[in-house]
This record gives sequence, C-alpha cells and structure tokens, in this order.
Amino acid sequence: MEKLSRIFGRVVQAIPPVFGVTLITFLLTRALPGDPAVFFAGLMANEDTIAQIRAELGLDHSLPVQFLYYLRDLLHGDLGNSLSTGRPVLTELMSRLPASLELTLAGLLLSMAIAIPLGVLAATRPGSWVDHLCRVLVTAGVSLPTFFTGLFLIYIFYYLLGWAPSPLGRLDFLYLSPPQVTGFYSIDAALAGDWEVFWASLRQMILPAITLSLFALAPIARMTRAAMLAALSGEYVRTARANGLGGARVIWVYAFRNAALPVLTTLGMVFSFLLGANVLVEKVFSWPGIGSYAIGALVASDYAAVQGFVLCMALLFVVVNLFIDVVLTLIDPRIGLES
Amino acid sequence: MKRRDFLRAGSATIGGAALLPFLRALPASAAAGDDTLLVVIGDTINSLDLHRTGTNRPSYQVAVNIYDRLVRFGTKTLEDGTIAYDSTVIEPEIAESWEVAEDGKSITFKISPKAKFWDGSQVTAEDVKWSFDRAVTLGGFPLTQMKAGSMSSPEQFVVVDEMTFRVDLPAPSKLALPDLAVPVPLVINSKVAMEHATEDDPWATEYLHENPAGSGPYKVTRWDAGQQFVYERNEDWALGTLPPMKRVIVREVPSAATRRALLERGDVDFYMDVPSKDAKEMAESGVAKVEGAPIDNCLHVLGLNVAMAPFDNKLVRQAIAFALPYEDILAAGAYGRGKPMWGGTEASPSTTEWPQPFPYATDLEKAKALMEEAGFADGFETTLSYNLGLADWMEPTALLIQESLAKIGITATLDKIPGANWRTAALVEKRLPMHLENFGGWLNYPDYYFYWAYIEGHLFNSSNYSNPEIASLVEETLTMETDDPAYEPNIKRMIEIAFEDVPRIPLYQPYLDAAMKPEVEGYVSWFHRQLAVTNMAKG
Repeated sequence: MEKLSRIFGRVVQAIPPVFGVTLITFLLTRALPGDPAVFFAGLMANEDTIAQIRAELGLDHSLPVQFLYYLRDLLHGDLGNSLSTGRPVLTELMSRLPASLELTLAGLLLSMAIAIPLGVLAATRPGSWVDHLCRVLVTAGVSLPTFFTGLFLIYIFYYLLGWAPSPLGRLDFLYLSPPQVTGFYSIDAALAGDWEVFWASLRQMILPAITLSLFALAPIARMTRAAMLAALSGEYVRTARANGLGGARVIWVYAFRNAALPVLTTLGMVFSFLLGANVLVEKVFSWPGIGSYAIGALVASDYAAVQGFVLCMALLFVVVNLFIDVVLTLIDPRIGLES
Repeated sequence: MKRRDFLRAGSATIGGAALLPFLRALPASAAAGDDTLLVVIGDTINSLDLHRTGTNRPSYQVAVNIYDRLVRFGTKTLEDGTIAYDSTVIEPEIAESWEVAEDGKSITFKISPKAKFWDGSQVTAEDVKWSFDRAVTLGGFPLTQMKAGSMSSPEQFVVVDEMTFRVDLPAPSKLALPDLAVPVPLVINSKVAMEHATEDDPWATEYLHENPAGSGPYKVTRWDAGQQFVYERNEDWALGTLPPMKRVIVREVPSAATRRALLERGDVDFYMDVPSKDAKEMAESGVAKVEGAPIDNCLHVLGLNVAMAPFDNKLVRQAIAFALPYEDILAAGAYGRGKPMWGGTEASPSTTEWPQPFPYATDLEKAKALMEEAGFADGFETTLSYNLGLADWMEPTALLIQESLAKIGITATLDKIPGANWRTAALVEKRLPMHLENFGGWLNYPDYYFYWAYIEGHLFNSSNYSNPEIASLVEETLTMETDDPAYEPNIKRMIEIAFEDVPRIPLYQPYLDAAMKPEVEGYVSWFHRQLAVTNMAKG
C-alpha cells in the first residue's frame, strides 16, 4: 500500500513538468530567429504572399491566443502540420521515433553489456589491467565526439575493410521495409518471419550502435565501478565475507544488488540523453530518426515540428524517469521502510 | 495515411503498367543491374508538387523528371567533354510546334498527339491551361517565375481548341518562350487532379503533394519521406528518346563524407553538389569521375552595401575590388572549381558575354592609393557577413577576404548568419554592410541578371544599388530580342557601369559538380542545378 501511494504520488508529480515544458517550448520556438512566413514564402516571394502565408499559419494572432489554440489542438492529439514536409507532425514523429528508439536501445544494451561487467571487474580488481582498460574506455568514450567515432568506424570497417554494410540508413537499397507492427525493423521483420530483412536491419545497426555505445559506456562503467566500490566496502559485505560466503555470491548478490540502484538511475539519464544526442550519429549514418528531423525543422523555423519534437522528448524524459523511479521503489526495500 | 497505403493509392491512380511490385526485396538486378541507377543526395525533398507553398529547392528535381513542359532546352557538349544544357536551343516537348504572332504578343502552341499522360489519356490544351492557371494563382515562387516571362494572370492562357493552346503577352518578350522551359510551367493531368480537388483546395495541392499526375519520362513509385524515393521509367513516353535507365533510386544521405565513401566504395553510382574539395580530390585520384560545368549566369560575389558608409563611396568599393585575394579564394574556397572573374583588361567591355572578368586584380598598392584618395588612409571597421548554410565555400572565402582587407587597413569582423535568417537579413532587409552572395539567373541573359541584382528594391540586389541609367537600360532591354540593334550597346553599357561602380565584386563563376562511377554517362549540367535523369546511362 505504502509503495502504491508513493508511486501514485510520483505520477502526479510528473504533470507540472509536462505543462511547463509545453509553455517553454512554445515561447522558445517563438523566440527563434527567422520568420517562418518569410521562409515558406520562398526566395522570390513579395510582401503580399508573405502576409497571406503569415495569416495561414495563424501567426497574425497575439502570443497568448496562439498558445491557447496550441493547447486546444494538443488536447485533441493534434501536434499541427509540419510546413516543410506537409504532413502532420504526429505522423512524422511516429514514423521516425521507432528508428531512433531502436538504434538508441541497441546502443544502450550494447554499452550495458560491456560497461556493467567491466565496471564490476574494475571495482573488484582495482589497479589491475581491467581497471586500466576501464579507465581508457571511459576516457575515450567521454572525449571522442560521436560524429568522429562514427566517421572513423565507417572509414575503417566500411571504406577500408568492407566488412560493414553501406551506411545508408536502416536498410540497404536491396530491401524494402517489413510490414509495420512496432516500427522496429528488426522486430517487425522477425514477426513477419522475414529473416533476410531481419539480418539486413541488424547489420545496418552494428556501426551506429557501436558509436552510440562508446558514448554511453563512460557514465555507466564509471557509475558501476564507483557504486560497486562503495558496496564492496560496506559492512554487510564484510559480514558476508566473514561468514565465509563464496566470492561470486558476495559480489553479485550482496554488493551488485545494492550497487544496481545508482546504476539504474544513471541508465535512465543516459537513455534520455542518448536519444537527444544521437542527432550526429543519425546524420553520419543517414539514419531517418527524429534527431535529423528536428534539425531540419529548426533550420526551417518549422514551429509545429520543433514543438512536437521537444514535447515528445520531454514526455520521453518524464516517462523514462518515472519508470526508473517506480522500478527503484519496487526493488529497493529501504524506500518502502523509511516513510 | 500509412506509407504502404499511400503507395497503393499512388499506384492505383498512376495506373501505369510497370509499377514497382510490392516485394520485400527488390530483384537482385535492381541494385546491381545496368538498368538501375543508385543516386544519393544530401538534402531531403519535402514534396512532389513544385507549386505547393513551402516546397524546397531539392524537390524541384522531381518536377524536372516526372513532368513535361510545352518546350524544353536543348543540350550541348562543352570543350572538355561535359554536357550542359543549351540556353539558345529550344526544343519541342508537349508542343510539337509553335508560332509567335506577327506583333510578338502571343505564342500559339500545337500540342503533340504523342503527348500522353501516365493513365493513357491525351494531353490537351485544357490541361495546359489548368496547370498554368495553377502556377500563377497559387502565388509565391511559381508566380514570380511566371512573371519573368510576362505571365501573371489566367486570362493570358487561352484554349483555342483541344490541341491548340495560346499564351497572350502584354508586350513581346524574348523571355516568354524560355520561361516556359524552366521547371515551373509543368503540365499536370487536370482530370485526375480535379477529381481530388475540394472547395478549400481547388488546386488539389493536398493530393498532388504526394500523388503526382503527369506525363513525363519517369514516375515516382515510392517516396519514403526523409529517406528515399524511386523513379520508374514511363515506358510509353514518346516525346523524346526513351531514357536508358529503367529505375533510379534516390537515397538521402546527409553527410558529405558518407556520400563520398559510398561512391568510392562503388555502392552508389552518382551524386551531385559535390563539395569543391571532394570534387578536386576525386578527380585527381581517378577513383570516381567528376563532371561539372560553370553555372550559367551565376556568380559568387562580395556585396558592398552602398546605402551604408563608407561603401557609398565608389573609390572605397574599387579599393576593395583591388584588395581581394582572388586567386587564393578560387584555390582555397573553391578548390579551383570555378571560372576566374577578375583580371579583365578592358574598362568598357567589347563583348556582351556574361559573366565576364571584371577589370580588377589583386593590387594592394593601387588599393591603398584609392583608399587614401577616398579619405580613408587609416582604414575603417566593418562586418563581413556570410550564410552558415553555405559555409563550405563562404567560410574560407570570408577568412581570406578578412585577412587581405587588413592589409589596406580595413578591419572586418566576421558575422555568421544561420541559413534560416539569411534571406531576411541579406535580401529582404538588405541590412548587411559587406557580405557574400551567390545569385544565379535561370534564364541566361545578362539583362535578366541585372534585373534581379542591380535594380533598386529587387530581391537579389543585396547591395541596395541604385542607378537610374541601369534601371532604364534594363527596362528597355529585358524584353528585347537579342538581334535588336540596341541590344548589344545596352548590355555593354550595363556591364561597363557594373565594372565602374562595383556594388557587387565578382569572385568567380562556380561549377556545378557531380561525381559518378566511371561507367556512368550522360550527366547534363542544368541551370536549375537539379539532376535530370533522362540522359543518364550506365555503360
């Protein structure tokens, strides 16, 4: 019961940030330099056509009125139409979000698979070669910009060695996208039993996922190492060891379970961060995700699209953090006991 | 609407015989075969309808390839073997013949019985009128471009009979016919379009945005917004030689480095808008073939805003024209992919060739002397603005100019302007004192360039230049035939004034470069700077 009401309270807390974000995005997009009416009127337009387009866009109303219209549309699930692509923003985001999510999740899983064992090993053997390797990888991950890693990987594995498939987005020329269920090509292809497309989509993901995972590796490995070090020096670990429990059991059951809490929190942050930060990776690998969409929209002062993107990202942030908090509440016995 | 539904809907209305079947994978021959061309482009297209408000420049290529026009430009082979369009040759397309009235105030077109839309129906004068009415009614860029050919109102477009169409002009103009060969006056299947028109949308912009209805040599059978689109040859096209390529897949690859890697690895066949550096390196290494021709009627210039001191002083402008490091700019900013526009020997031109080298060259002593004469022996401070969207050539160019101007005492602070704001700042408000600019006129006449770039208040006159003599010369010459006795002296006088006053200092005439696999042939460099697929072949 205690836990349930805590979770409910946490959900309620998520509402004000969403409203705040809506307002701030609205104001920020209006503060962007550049006049969308002028931009969309085209290079050769005159005063009349610009005024006509401004009226069509509803930009001739005052800001509060524009905001009310915007809220009303939002409540109807209408994010507006993107001017540059001529399609509803919601449709665009829905078709591009899975691409970004698929790549981000793949990158995150990959980095978790490397960073967590590495962090644990580094913590249990401080000063050993594993610890040094961990330090090198963390430093490299933090200091190498993603576009550089991306281009570097393309140069080595695609251009020089020819091992990787061409960096042409989610599927090579040869393949057509599988019937849409989840929007994740790999899952959709597997569901449709189309293994050729399944492998093709996985192959396309390898290089960008490695690029992203190198970037995400640093915070996860560092946090795992620090949390494990703290846990291993805890009294309960000493007690467990004193009682003669086996090394692996102490590390994974006693120490790692406790260390998992800060690692989980970090994962939530890294995920949200990756989703926004993979714009450059998307550009380099021609990945049709929401990052490249947002950049295009920004350049074109496409208000509806930018607002839709920021709102979508904010919601994801809120949802991911909410989800992590709920999981933490559920798995951490201390949280329930304290209050 | 889901994409797959769109594809089905699209294929149902296009109704052609040879549509892309809905396979999971294209036949292996599609990617490797000789009948499919794989193209990558850097920019995303955002519409299949050129007339729509908000359609971006890269989308023009779709209009170029899938729609026919009444007439088209011919092509010519340049000395170095590259093929370019020929602005002096106008060929029949939908119109099998045309006749200009005695008084020059109307042109009557006979529509070819071979002109058939994709659904098999005959192209009629009604369709032409509907399409032209649409171009001038929807406003914005299409209207402005039509106006260049003296066409601005639907009353000018007359259906004489089913196969005869007439354009009435307020006065004879040499620009009217060529203006019908640019991408804008495309001919749409009006019957199909009107089936999808609504009261709010009488010109079917919603429908044609995603579902083209034309008669051109290619159809778009697939469009995944933000990713790729696929052209499929219209096997029934009879208005010219059937294009060699059966299918052309155009994939969007935003990163220039990735595009180059794809081509050098041989995974794609062709890409355009090659950055000058890549063009030079690939041409030298021989891994790929680079072809390009100077863009007609286009100049990269340094604009000096004459509405602002000290650029209102002609001597200051001339001093700057003598202080620019032209050769370095062409070498470092354009990697040699441009035609020099400096070092001319005559103060008054002996030919009407345009563009032609201006009588300036790097001469710091002369520049200093002119600065002193102008009363600026100690120099002055100013800003040099450029468009971040075109940073690949503007950034190095601006740095070189900054460095060189410092030598004659001018301290120029660099001012980077984001692409979205550029038009407002440079062209609409015309508030940039010193700036880089790159106007190119679609119609290849010097007076057309002067009309846009040297007349007060006109869009590309970012220098706020005003000169009554040029204004009256342009007005008089713009519609005049080139064989008119007054044409040559008028043009020469315009160029002479531009030489003397230099509100725009030309740096060089840029190339339009395309890189391709060695076996790819038939690339034509067009004034609209888009890829026309019709001539492309794989040897």
